[in-house]
Amino acid sequence: MGINEKPAQLKPNDYASDQEVRWCPGCGDYAILNAVKRTLADHQADKANTVFVSGIGCSSRLPYYMSTYGFHTIHGRAPAFATGIKITNPELDVWVITGDGDSLSIGGNHFIHLFRRNLNCQILLFNNEIYGLTKGQASPASRTGTISPSTPKGSLESPLSACELALSSGATFVARGVDTAIKQLVPTLSKAKEHSGTALVEIFQNCIVYNDNVFNSFTEKSAAIERQIHLENGKPMLFGEDNTKGLSLSADHSKLEVIDLKINKKEESKILIHDESNKIIAYLLSQMNQSTMPIALGVLYSTEKPTLDSYYTHRIEEHKNKISNIMEKGQTWTI
Amino acid sequence: MDGNPSTKNSQIKMDKWSTTVRFAGDSGDGMQLTGGRLTFEAAISGMGLATFPDYPAEIRAPAGTTFGVSSFQVRFGEGLIASSGDHADILVAMNPAALKMNIKEVIPGGLIIIDNGSFNDRGIRKAGYSNNPIEDNSLSGMQLISADISNLTIEAVKDFGLGQKDGIRCRNMWTLGLILWLFSKNTKQTEDWLIKKFGKDNILTKANIAALKAGSAYAENTEISNDILRKEVPQAKPLPGKWRAITGAEAIAFGLATGANHANLKMTLCSYPITPASPIMHYLANYEIENIGIYQAEDEIAACCAAIGVSYAGGLGVTSSSGPGISLKTEAIGLAISVELPLIIVNSQRAGPSTGLPTRAEQSDLMQAIYGRHGEAPLVVLAPKSPADCFNISHKAIKIAIKYMTPVMILSDAYLTNASEPWLIPDIEKIEKFPAKFANFIENYQPFERDPKTLARKWVKPGTKGMEHRIGGLEKDSISGNISYDPDNHAKMTNLRNQKIQNIEKEFSDIPINGLDNGDILLIGWGSTNGPISEVKELLKNENIKISHIQLNCLWPLSSKLKEIITKFKSTIVIEMNDGQLYNLLRTEIAPKANSITQVSGKPFRVSYLKEKILNILKDGI
Repeated sequence: MGINEKPAQLKPNDYASDQEVRWCPGCGDYAILNAVKRTLADHQADKANTVFVSGIGCSSRLPYYMSTYGFHTIHGRAPAFATGIKITNPELDVWVITGDGDSLSIGGNHFIHLFRRNLNCQILLFNNEIYGLTKGQASPASRTGTISPSTPKGSLESPLSACELALSSGATFVARGVDTAIKQLVPTLSKAKEHSGTALVEIFQNCIVYNDNVFNSFTEKSAAIERQIHLENGKPMLFGEDNTKGLSLSADHSKLEVIDLKINKKEESKILIHDESNKIIAYLLSQMNQSTMPIALGVLYSTEKPTLDSYYTHRIEEHKNKISNIMEKGQTWTI
Repeated sequence: MDGNPSTKNSQIKMDKWSTTVRFAGDSGDGMQLTGGRLTFEAAISGMGLATFPDYPAEIRAPAGTTFGVSSFQVRFGEGLIASSGDHADILVAMNPAALKMNIKEVIPGGLIIIDNGSFNDRGIRKAGYSNNPIEDNSLSGMQLISADISNLTIEAVKDFGLGQKDGIRCRNMWTLGLILWLFSKNTKQTEDWLIKKFGKDNILTKANIAALKAGSAYAENTEISNDILRKEVPQAKPLPGKWRAITGAEAIAFGLATGANHANLKMTLCSYPITPASPIMHYLANYEIENIGIYQAEDEIAACCAAIGVSYAGGLGVTSSSGPGISLKTEAIGLAISVELPLIIVNSQRAGPSTGLPTRAEQSDLMQAIYGRHGEAPLVVLAPKSPADCFNISHKAIKIAIKYMTPVMILSDAYLTNASEPWLIPDIEKIEKFPAKFANFIENYQPFERDPKTLARKWVKPGTKGMEHRIGGLEKDSISGNISYDPDNHAKMTNLRNQKIQNIEKEFSDIPINGLDNGDILLIGWGSTNGPISEVKELLKNENIKISHIQLNCLWPLSSKLKEIITKFKSTIVIEMNDGQLYNLLRTEIAPKANSITQVSGKPFRVSYLKEKILNILKDGI
């Protein structure tokens, strides 16, 4: 490379490995893979410095399809591997790839502790509300009543909300996206990458085989405009046709409500301005009832806090003792 | 090395003399500390010694109860001191429960030192005695020093304004003063130690020194030495150098730190609290050695996974636990075997199954260590034979792990972890170094291409340009490392993984034989049983039995030399603290006619027990 020659611009496909992608045709994972590659290309990310770490499940095959470093580990434990990697080399850009079964069920413990520690990494949770790779059992994210091979009469349990769980575990960045909405997903992934600390992006991902159309109520083209709200920091929380609907705090401050500006123009001042650092509002956004409210997408919450890897690295740098000095410390005798 | 100074002389004098002292009291009475002080006093006299701390799983059980009794046994003397002693010559019992739980550990005619101040009705009842054992002749045949130690201590420290409750806590120092006097030792070293511990002007220093001196003076003034075991302390001739006492946990911490240093690697011990393994984490956390850190994970599984993450990123990952925790780590260990990354797993074995006896030693995780994973998942399994040997084995484990790109499990146990012995502090600059080699850019790099000799794949740090690759738990193509479902490839990979571990046999081909290399009986032990087995071998050799002993350091892969050694003896006896796990393994792999001696009491072997069992096997004909 000549001295004045710019390094070749990396394109999204330069981040693809030579391995054939083996997800089911039409799987939402393809769209997410593309969004991830585009995000890396947008940042001109150094392939050598990027590590994808995954657990087990359909989503967790993603590292094999990237031309970066990749580690496909064991079920639910990717956050623990990521922690070992980051405390050893904090310079690496680590992406944890997981699914709803992987991170909310078998890996629930590691999931919450990742946020508590604020390890500087991204965690992309592919939520399809089902166990895909094991042929369609209900997952902890499945809605009550989900019919599946393990719940033929409908599941009995209430679903877990990844974003609520993350917020209550001390997450410093919580965001949401939709697999096929690549225009919104790429900027969200980009913000996650730029965030210092654990950045969760929950991605609603359609499983075409075992849970097809489960997110249709808000992802279908005809519904999207009325059923999705795309949050932007510092901007009013508006959605709907011509942004004629907005979110406001209920009178008792216990939940969010929709104000229809076409009917109630004078209430406009009540519409909330999105403040990413407001954790209470982030909770309310993550809790919105999907049958009556839009789904909140984009960055729900973002704040700054020191990261585990920076703390850890700093502490190790303070370790100055030599082994022989420590061995000779305390009571010794010479013969 | 054994860490036993007097065994360095070519002539081993068997049991010239040795004394075993057992301190017993409530968990909060400071018995471990008192025992530790006497250990140190013995050590600086250059004597051989071995200790056996025995404490309950409960942190501080209700005072005066039998289940709250903690004890510390130390055996020291001239000659071969490899075990902590079958029975105590001297028992210090701070309360009735301590007496009740330990009286059967004392030799007939042994000396019992009792704090009669604690033998009130309530204490006696709590211990489950119906009568006061001091008065009802149940101690007849024993030598007894019965003193109101509680009151004498309070008297001795009353000028320091400690109050009764704190004052009485100096009882252990009073008792130590008495014991030191019995062995003609002055209190100077312990005084210095107290000053260093609490500070010169601290009231605790002054009170404890006063109690120590009072105990010593009491012994002198009442002339208790005249008719009781008062043994002069002879000088042995250990190797020259700087010595210290070391526990197995400390030696593992030092061995790992030294190994990481010699490999030029940053090390992180990733662990989760568990008895009896936690001391290793505590020591490393407090040493603050350069490039050595610890990470306390959210659970055992995470600890193991984080350790693998450390190695993946180019550091040295270590995880440490005990039985229940090791079970939880099993799946992750399988991944480390599959992706072929270095990893050190320390198992401080305790009695099982399940929660079992958390503070008691057993060697019952051997089969789990060798075979306890799904799939064909071979692993290197090493076992240190003494607290000091924990250093050597931990150091060597790291060499093996990085040279062969494999996890290595170290089988310690609850006894080794806590027991101590003298240790000649090594010059670590003179120990073999083995800097880790990371691959830089290679044209057409193939992640699972192997070194033809070691069969190890290359270690590539993420961050290395042009070497980007993917690894994982799915079966890998034997060269490219890409996912492969090919049947022949899986057979090939299974074979390669196994062959790589088998090759490590060469690293442990030197099996030292304690005794002649042929004869009638070969005793085979492994791990912490080295002490009692070496002693029983000496005893029987002196009775003209043609007996030798080997203590295996490497349990997997088994050395091919082992078969050669065994064939030169008429009979083989495998001795271990489990139901015969190594015995079964050797019967299958090497020695179909071996005999077995086992014990699963959670306590170390008694030499007398081993002698009886061996003689029984001899009687039946070899």
